Amino acid sequence: MSPPGMSEQRSAAWAEAAVAEHEDHELAQYPSGREHPSREQQVLERIERARRRKPKIKEERITLAHGAGGKATHTLIEAVFLEAFRNPLLEQLDDGAVFTADGARLAFTTDSFVVSPLFFPGGDIGELAVNGTVNDLAMSGARPTYLSAGFILKEGFPVADLQRIASSMARAAEAAGVQVVTGDTKVVQRGKADGCYINTTGVGLIEHGLTLGPSQVRPGDAVLVSGPIGDHGITIMLARGELDIETDLTSDTAPLHGPVEGLLAATTGVRCLRDATRGGVATILNEVARASDVAVVVDERAIPVRDEVRGASEILGIDPLYVASEGRFVAIVDGAKAETALDALRSHPLGEGAAIIGHVKDDPPTLVLLKTEFGGTRIVDVLIGDPLPRIC
Amino acid sequence: MRFVDEYRDADKAGALAAKIASMCEPGRHYKFMEVCGGHTHTIYKHGLEDYLPESIQLVHGPGCPVCVIPMGRVDDAIHIAEQPDVIMTSFGDMMRVPGGRGSFFDSKAAGADIRMVYSPLDALKIAKGNPDKHVVFMAIGFETTAPSTAVTVLRAVAEKVENFSIFCNHVTIIPAIKAILESPDLRLDGFLGPGHVSTVIGCRPYEFIARDYGRPLVTAGFEPLDILQSIYMVLKQLAEGRCEVENQYTRVVPWNGNLKALQVIGQVMELRPYFEWRGLGFISHSALKVRQEYASFDTERIFDLPGVRVADPKACQCGEVLKGVLKPWECKVFGTACTPETPIGTCMVSSEGACAAYYNYGRFSRERVKEATRA
Repeated sequence: MSPPGMSEQRSAAWAEAAVAEHEDHELAQYPSGREHPSREQQVLERIERARRRKPKIKEERITLAHGAGGKATHTLIEAVFLEAFRNPLLEQLDDGAVFTADGARLAFTTDSFVVSPLFFPGGDIGELAVNGTVNDLAMSGARPTYLSAGFILKEGFPVADLQRIASSMARAAEAAGVQVVTGDTKVVQRGKADGCYINTTGVGLIEHGLTLGPSQVRPGDAVLVSGPIGDHGITIMLARGELDIETDLTSDTAPLHGPVEGLLAATTGVRCLRDATRGGVATILNEVARASDVAVVVDERAIPVRDEVRGASEILGIDPLYVASEGRFVAIVDGAKAETALDALRSHPLGEGAAIIGHVKDDPPTLVLLKTEFGGTRIVDVLIGDPLPRIC
Repeated sequence: MRFVDEYRDADKAGALAAKIASMCEPGRHYKFMEVCGGHTHTIYKHGLEDYLPESIQLVHGPGCPVCVIPMGRVDDAIHIAEQPDVIMTSFGDMMRVPGGRGSFFDSKAAGADIRMVYSPLDALKIAKGNPDKHVVFMAIGFETTAPSTAVTVLRAVAEKVENFSIFCNHVTIIPAIKAILESPDLRLDGFLGPGHVSTVIGCRPYEFIARDYGRPLVTAGFEPLDILQSIYMVLKQLAEGRCEVENQYTRVVPWNGNLKALQVIGQVMELRPYFEWRGLGFISHSALKVRQEYASFDTERIFDLPGVRVADPKACQCGEVLKGVLKPWECKVFGTACTPETPIGTCMVSSEGACAAYYNYGRFSRERVKEATRA
């Protein structure tokens, strides 16, 4: 087939390997024709089996996709970290670990912050580092108490910037009612790190008897979000200045223990709380669908999204459902308590824009379905890599 | 939101769907190809097929610029990116596309300086900011993006930027449509023409499709109502025994195209004798290269390229999917060996590819979902 001068030809080793890997048991031939209407269903089941297999890392090196919070991140965690550290607490792969020490129920969590730019409309890396860990604790149903803070700084980083970051952390900690009680500082050579990275670790006290988590969800439950989604992610994308789009949008970074406290006080019907950070609301709903073996059905028209976020997403060809927020969470509650939960969220300033966006069903299990504003239906899958802008 | 909501109105969609259903001849099956990957994306993202009767099947065409780049070209691009003192720049959705030995992302992880840009002018800006490096722009796309690449080359000439070149992979849509029309197993009743390409080339280049191949074509916009209306317009032609080129996307597409843009493309680029398309093979006069006058901005003339062709695995059935012979899920490797993470064939590469769109958005049993979405 090749024209002259291009006779040299080879095959892609990785592609042949992928075909061979599935050949033995998966490349079954299905009878074709209209007399076999269930063929598509057979294919869907075959895909589901392939997806349930133990994840394997195919890449030889870490790529940015491994940090994007989607499927690649998940594969990395399961294939490397869970494999190495396996224990019952870690296996739950929740935002934080919940355990009992001396009769007290504690939540324990850690998070690292590498945001660029360090200062952005509505916040900075310091505020984010406090709120991020406070929120992971809050999502475990805990009252955040103490934080640690570790800094990795680049040689040459301005001290004034560090002071600005530290005082912003102090303000955020005060607002969240936590204290930073221990810390660490490392400086690396110019070129080894990009300005300032922060790690925070936190502990919190759980003062109620509920067990929360993505595997607690049941058919009949309602899905709520605490406010408009995607503000933070779009703000950061625009703040990088590569897009020449200007908006008044600011990051939604905020400590969420307040609205969570109100919600837990209003109803015992809460099943699962997750802050919609990396990977967005879509990623959370997929975790829930898989962990509880349920279908999550979401109504696109009910999802609160600011016009600025929607507009920027349209231009960039990305879906706000995958865009990060830093001050919004998803709450899944007993369907009978949905209105109570909604009222509780809306009574807090950080939950004013809360909405019921969907419901949990028993079938088809593990899928997140979206009723589109246009009136059609599609699935919302796990994110593959970073949400990359389409070219046209 | 203005300019968005009015094209996604569910009530209007319902009314159009009823008209479409009434226009279908009982017992007849229709296969329409939407040429453009942007249409494929819209169809799946909005769940548009829910509005179509079962007798209408949409076949997803080759108009996805990322998908059609052959693996050998990706290898060539990575080879360039790995040369000392080179900065490779690329549109975002090209980053994940695997060649014979990995993608831009893999190469970047291994140390190559590969940067995502939103426009070729951004690449030129990077060149100006890094005078000690050679900056290459991975130019891909149909006639839609070719003008901006050409303008960037002219700007580089005007500003005397000497450390900048384009790796030209621009392709042209008409030869690809022709290749599909000439395939012996073709089963199409009509086309939805590519809207964005047509903003540049206009509607006239499609006239041969109606005249010589007897298939109606309606140039379609990218919102879901645009596509429904275009399907209605093709059906109406068939029902009335007409076979013409019509323009649904009049708010953007001028019948004669954008002469200025065409002139700029012609000034900087010329047709290649042939070019390989992933999934379709070699097609004559189907791509553009940089003219001799602009040789110093042509990556292919500056660097030695390996130029090794990489074949798709035999199990891959993209060619059949692109021609409408197979539905995406009917391919042997769909969803198991071939997924959006490890796309084996062109249709799975970008979210605009038929298989990826089906995998990401449409991978469910319609019957069971109908039950689940009942209020």
